[in-house]
Amino acid sequence: MMAAPTITIEEFGRRLRARDITAEQMTEECLRRIELGNPALNAFILVMADQARRQAREADRELSAGRDRGPLHGVPISIKDLLDISGTPTTAGSRVREGHVAERDATAVAHLRQAGAVFIGKTNLHEFAFGTTNEDSAFGPSRNPHDPTRSPGGSSGGSAASLVAGMALATIGTDTGGSIRIPAAACGAVGFKPTYDDVSTAGVVPLSRGLDHVGPLARSVTDAWIVYRALLGDAALRPLAALPARGLRVGVPRAYFCDVLDDEVRARFEEALDALRAAGMTVGDTSIPHAKDIAAIYLHIVLGDAAAYHATTLESMPERYTAPVRLRLEMGRYVLAEDYVRAQHGREPLRREVDAALAGHDVLVLPTLPIPAPPLGVDSVKVGATEEPVRNMMLRLTQLFNLTGHPAIAIPCGRTSTGLPCSLQIVGAHRQTEPLLRAALACEAQIG
Amino acid sequence: MTIDDWLRAALADAERRGLPELKPILETLARATRALRAADFNADASDGHRMQP
Repeated sequence: MMAAPTITIEEFGRRLRARDITAEQMTEECLRRIELGNPALNAFILVMADQARRQAREADRELSAGRDRGPLHGVPISIKDLLDISGTPTTAGSRVREGHVAERDATAVAHLRQAGAVFIGKTNLHEFAFGTTNEDSAFGPSRNPHDPTRSPGGSSGGSAASLVAGMALATIGTDTGGSIRIPAAACGAVGFKPTYDDVSTAGVVPLSRGLDHVGPLARSVTDAWIVYRALLGDAALRPLAALPARGLRVGVPRAYFCDVLDDEVRARFEEALDALRAAGMTVGDTSIPHAKDIAAIYLHIVLGDAAAYHATTLESMPERYTAPVRLRLEMGRYVLAEDYVRAQHGREPLRREVDAALAGHDVLVLPTLPIPAPPLGVDSVKVGATEEPVRNMMLRLTQLFNLTGHPAIAIPCGRTSTGLPCSLQIVGAHRQTEPLLRAALACEAQIG
Repeated sequence: MTIDDWLRAALADAERRGLPELKPILETLARATRALRAADFNADASDGHRMQP
């Protein structure tokens, strides 16, 4: 019997080793779903069907010969088209990179290859990762599998859509201001941004080098852990056990982070907190005193970095960018050096404040997105009685942890009355990935 | 450079380059820059160092 589109890497691995399914069969199922669903969702820029079949057959041969590479062996994975895969184009969702072919795998991709993953294809993204809705891409917008009139989030929107639509068992994204967690939240998946500099960004097209992260989107916290370990180059099975729920100390930074929330997002968040309390977790309030400065700090850094990277092509081929991304890159060229430096200095008080908030708690918990996935083609959404810019809303709750580098994972926590996913963001201490994910497992068990 | 001077120069430059659609975007950036400059973590050479050690 063929696997359901919600099969986890864990479950696939059990069935693969029980000879109930082959890597080739799983890959064919993903390819079938791509053929059926991609015209509507536009999740993929490049479907690597022939390569995927070869990799899958090789994975099956190796397993039959007694070579087991670990939990990612034979697992079909999609890769955001910002990371190099040897011999294939890395478009970054842009015509600016027409003709590009990667000479070698990105380091993270090479680790996945070594772990036996099957590369099903390159996913669509917001052009050059410079956006949160996946609308502005040279290849057209990706769409949300829960409601194709809505954004899948961005910039790793194609990745999230491919995962949730059953076209891959996991996917790799990047996150500069929230671009793994935002689409994970919008599409109802798990999205993990590791500690800054944990996973190599070599071979990844940059947006803002001091804020860029590589990480997985997956169907469960356990799956995210498996892919994360493989991204580091550790393909071996390392089981992860949930921390005991009783006594786990959870801090909620309410001021700023819970000020502007859609009513149903707020309701799902509070219900999630109630579930955590019922399980014996201690839920207390905390604060980030400089939270109101986050958006201005982030904006000046990402604009300055992006403008510097794109300076040459903005002069030589501006018409190849999508118009909205081009304009925002042009905006970056007007950031003064003194303000860029101010913004960089502003990161340190934020870092100290997140550390201080974590000092009294095991993890911080807050919503991932303040709104459900927005409709495609809108610049603003109504939150309560107020019209708010979409971009500001999408980045509001995630960008802090790019500025500070703390690891953060988004997990699903219910739906709105119209079926749109809501998401909980869980944040841990620097380089304390295993405790964070063990806490996330405990939370997932209560609200998943 | 004050933000007002910066904004005037930036708007004029955008006009000169044939990018009038940059105007609302630059005004948004100006608001963000005002907020950034008003933050209490900024250094101030006149009274020593206002930033935390």
